[in-house]
Amino acid sequence: MVEFALPPNSRVQPGKVYKAAGAKNVKVFKIYRYDPDSNANPRLDSYEIDLDACGPMVLDALLKIKNEIDSTLTFRRSCREGICGSCAMNIDGTNTLACLKPIEDIKGDAAIYPLPHMPVVKDLIPDLTLPYAQLASIKPWMQTQTAPPPDGERLQSPEEREKLDGLWECILCFCCQTSCPSYWWNGDRYLGPSVLLQAARWILDSRDEMTGERLDDLEDPFKLYRCHTIMNCTKTCPKGLNPAKAIGAIKEKIMERRV
Amino acid sequence: MSLESPVGRARGLGSAKEGAGHWIAQRVTAIFLIPLSLWFAVSVIGLSHADYATFKAWMAKPGNASLLLLTMLTVMYHAQLGLQVVIEDYVHCECKKIAALVGSKLVIAFLAVFMTVSILKVAIGA
Repeated sequence: MVEFALPPNSRVQPGKVYKAAGAKNVKVFKIYRYDPDSNANPRLDSYEIDLDACGPMVLDALLKIKNEIDSTLTFRRSCREGICGSCAMNIDGTNTLACLKPIEDIKGDAAIYPLPHMPVVKDLIPDLTLPYAQLASIKPWMQTQTAPPPDGERLQSPEEREKLDGLWECILCFCCQTSCPSYWWNGDRYLGPSVLLQAARWILDSRDEMTGERLDDLEDPFKLYRCHTIMNCTKTCPKGLNPAKAIGAIKEKIMERRV
Repeated sequence: MSLESPVGRARGLGSAKEGAGHWIAQRVTAIFLIPLSLWFAVSVIGLSHADYATFKAWMAKPGNASLLLLTMLTVMYHAQLGLQVVIEDYVHCECKKIAALVGSKLVIAFLAVFMTVSILKVAIGA
């Protein structure tokens, strides 16, 4: 059966408390900590942050903690403007990007965990090997039989290009992928919302000539049809995209060629 | 321990090339059940104070017996499709999964046959 409870060595214990001496505008950040070398259970450390001396986003607070309070705190980050997808994590119960999440939007203490239901490498860093491999498996690049025109690009009408809107903007942060209960229970076989949105991006691209083969590869009770339109993916996407709609578009295409 | 590559694991056994039929059937039966359930609810309310003779007379009309049979068979088919999804979602041990999938189909098939016989018995029986 699916495991609904965490195994004993993954249960989160209370952790250390770091006080902010002399601060007036204090916010508490409760952050998941896990060190694979320590052999200890994960713990939840509390950091008091003086918001008067901190930037407005959750990523600013994390960087402040790392720079000024506890340099062992480990997390991914890069662009700090919502385009690289590195700082995806579970903040205040929702998967999102730390760089796009304003601290003031969080009521009470700010709880920060790694993306759910993935193996944890350290602290807020999940092991994303599986979703990256699943992405590679759908061949996310243009496939054609026709050689490209010798004197220019492959052309696409504005209407054909419009079909890619809401798909090309995906930054592969995997917030949606790891918010999906179907992916939690069957992640080894279900491709997940993020990867299926990428599949739709190529299925709906008028320049790609392998649409049939792509649909063949997806028509499977587990790879595609584990999507039960739970809609967590759409609710959580920090870029405002709609992976559930993209999955629906794939199902429509499969139906279209049957009737 | 497995040294299989991550992409090898992700590609797995490839596509089963099915699933669309199940997905379409689940939605079509759900749509069928909207008018059928309404008809069933209205009929049950209409017959709530009826005695057996009145009920039997109602069932003896071919339209009523056919609609009741259609409702029950659609419910059973829809239930089987739904149960299959729940089992595939939550039961991960292969042997238990196959046993549950086959067992649930057998139970649903028995219920469908039992209800068909019961409906026909009242509708056309003595």
